[in-house]
Amino acid sequence: MHDLVTIDPVTRIEGHAKITIRLDEDGKVDDARFHVTEFRGFEEFCRGRPVFEMPSLTARTCGICPVSHLLASAKAGDAIMGVQPPPAGVALRTLANLGQIIQSHALSFFHLSAPDLLLGMAADPSIRNVFGLMAAEPDIARRGIRLRSFGQSIIEAIAGRKVHAPGIVPGGIAHPMTVETRDDIAARVAEAKETSVVALELYLSIADRFAREIDAFGSFPSLFLGLANDEGTWEHHDGHLKVIDATGAIVADRIDPAEYRDFLGEATNSDSYLKSPYWKARVAADGPVADGIYRVGPLARLNLAETMGTPLADEALTVLRDRVGGMATSSFHYHHARLIEILACTERIESMMSDPLLMDSRVRAVAGINRSRAVGVSEAPRGTLFHDYEVDDDGVLTDVNMIIATGQNNLGMNATVTQIAREWVTGPVIEESTLNRIEAGIRAYDPCLSCSTHALGAMPMVVTMIDAGGQPICSVTRD
Amino acid sequence: MPEVRRSIAITIDDTEIDAYEGESILQAARRFGIKIPSMCYLEGLSVWGACRICVVEVAGQHQPRPACATLVVEDMEVRTNTARLQSHRRTILELLFAEGNHVCAVCVSNGNCELQDRAVEAGMDHVRFDYRNPLRPVDATHPKYVFDPNRCIVCTRCVRVCDEIEGAHVWDVASRGHQAHLVTELGQPWGRSSSCTWCGKCVASCPTGALFYQGSAVGESVHAPDLVARLVAARRDHEWFPPVESPTSPNEQNGDDR
Repeated sequence: MHDLVTIDPVTRIEGHAKITIRLDEDGKVDDARFHVTEFRGFEEFCRGRPVFEMPSLTARTCGICPVSHLLASAKAGDAIMGVQPPPAGVALRTLANLGQIIQSHALSFFHLSAPDLLLGMAADPSIRNVFGLMAAEPDIARRGIRLRSFGQSIIEAIAGRKVHAPGIVPGGIAHPMTVETRDDIAARVAEAKETSVVALELYLSIADRFAREIDAFGSFPSLFLGLANDEGTWEHHDGHLKVIDATGAIVADRIDPAEYRDFLGEATNSDSYLKSPYWKARVAADGPVADGIYRVGPLARLNLAETMGTPLADEALTVLRDRVGGMATSSFHYHHARLIEILACTERIESMMSDPLLMDSRVRAVAGINRSRAVGVSEAPRGTLFHDYEVDDDGVLTDVNMIIATGQNNLGMNATVTQIAREWVTGPVIEESTLNRIEAGIRAYDPCLSCSTHALGAMPMVVTMIDAGGQPICSVTRD
Repeated sequence: MPEVRRSIAITIDDTEIDAYEGESILQAARRFGIKIPSMCYLEGLSVWGACRICVVEVAGQHQPRPACATLVVEDMEVRTNTARLQSHRRTILELLFAEGNHVCAVCVSNGNCELQDRAVEAGMDHVRFDYRNPLRPVDATHPKYVFDPNRCIVCTRCVRVCDEIEGAHVWDVASRGHQAHLVTELGQPWGRSSSCTWCGKCVASCPTGALFYQGSAVGESVHAPDLVARLVAARRDHEWFPPVESPTSPNEQNGDDR
């Protein structure tokens, strides 16, 4: 006999989702599932479009991380054209991605997760939001908003607009950077770096309050996948794919991203539009795809990196590793990892500002169609993003596959929800704080389910418990 | 000797102007800086009267008249922007948007589009008709240009400029009514056209993102609709070569008789 508890919708994530908790006959949590109930069909309507339109078209997938789609798509376009963008084009793309990671991580930490972390998981839902944060911690809220603005300004300076910018194109960047915009970024980077240091200190000062959450928010062994480079430094734009296990042992290295199909499978789910990519080599012929679980995103990137490559971020990485004893395997540490990445981004931006390459006017390679299939990869804030295109002789898309970071974390999110439910759900009654912990467990991955942002805190939520016959036995609505 | 044209007094929006005999309402209005929106009309090309965006009211006539295709007559009283005309224009624009696949946000002509500009001017914040969402394959076979029929409003500027200015006549309109669509080379892919000279005047004249250069990303397509009027004037006024009594090509002048 099973009971079902449904949390619908989940709030303060990008998009809509619901969660089902299945209880066993003893009223204990048997399993929990995270469902994505929206279908958008981007891959379908990209077919038939010229490859040169793809960056801006696919960027419309999301308003939070459009740059990541622009980059993955433009890199696929580079490969279809058979060109390497000019060095300045590569540098500007890199800078844009650093700005993207800052603004998205700032949104995740300050706007979406800080209400839980600073005000408490059990705080009144009516104040457990960014406005409650502004009232309780006005300085940190203001800093967070300015940090996000800084990241967006970089995107605007390079690509022409803060959101859905058109300036990242196959072959490079549409327009060179101006001295004024470079100077604007240079003038603001010190404050951004200071904010990321303050945020890290703040996080470390409260992290010990969440010992139980750290143990239960997705604390399990899994593989970690991401881009890596030969130097072993934190990578976010180029390089090869690398996979390690929960002990840090290398499972696969120097994989050409274009060969991802040889290593990654994509399982479809009957109860969710979100697919579950998995590491093929770990799944037996008839075995569950969950055996191939891997995680992507800030946690994976930090676990993969030997160093961050910048002084303050390296110190911060050492602190994280000392706290967790090496590899960080709890998804709660995504928050910590995000803050370290923000710090690394600000340091890298600071060092790029004096590079004359940024001002080079050659930013775009021009060519026709020279290959029929190509894969573009970027590290989106939430993890590795694949765009796989096939084109006809005229450059019109005949097939498209996009593997999104949130999809790759699907198995991890399901495992996390189950773990949290087992820890906090003990009977037919579910406390509001428990609901929020389940949501917060999902939110640790900062999942991007579509392009809508529920940044206002407690959104309507319906919890329904269903008996074995499918009849609801109780329903709780949170307005 | 300069051409002498007879003046005709007309009134547009209560302003008396001296129009020329043989001139359209649209031409007269534009000479006097009176704005009448248009789409299929392009100075230098023949008048087509297809889009009906330029409709005006003429005193004594019940039906609105296309300003591009209605010649001025003595004492004509014209109104260009009544509530009725605004309603007609918005309806026409909504029908155009519903009929094709006009998605400004991901269009190469976003920000450089006459259809988009007219819609903004008309305050078209939504479309009241069901979108037809037609399936129209993109023709990217030409080495230099792309034709995306999803964004075509069949204004026929490309048909006329290719026929009347370039003299190649690559473009035509096939089918009728709502199925009317442009074809190149009698329905062959553009890239296989033997008559196309690659001159690009069709792209320069296109009011939307239907015709654009290969390799254009979103928002990068810029048109040059004034090019046609400049070419026509230059040709008429012999701007580039002095008139000669017995035309000879530069090659002949050099002793080359090819």
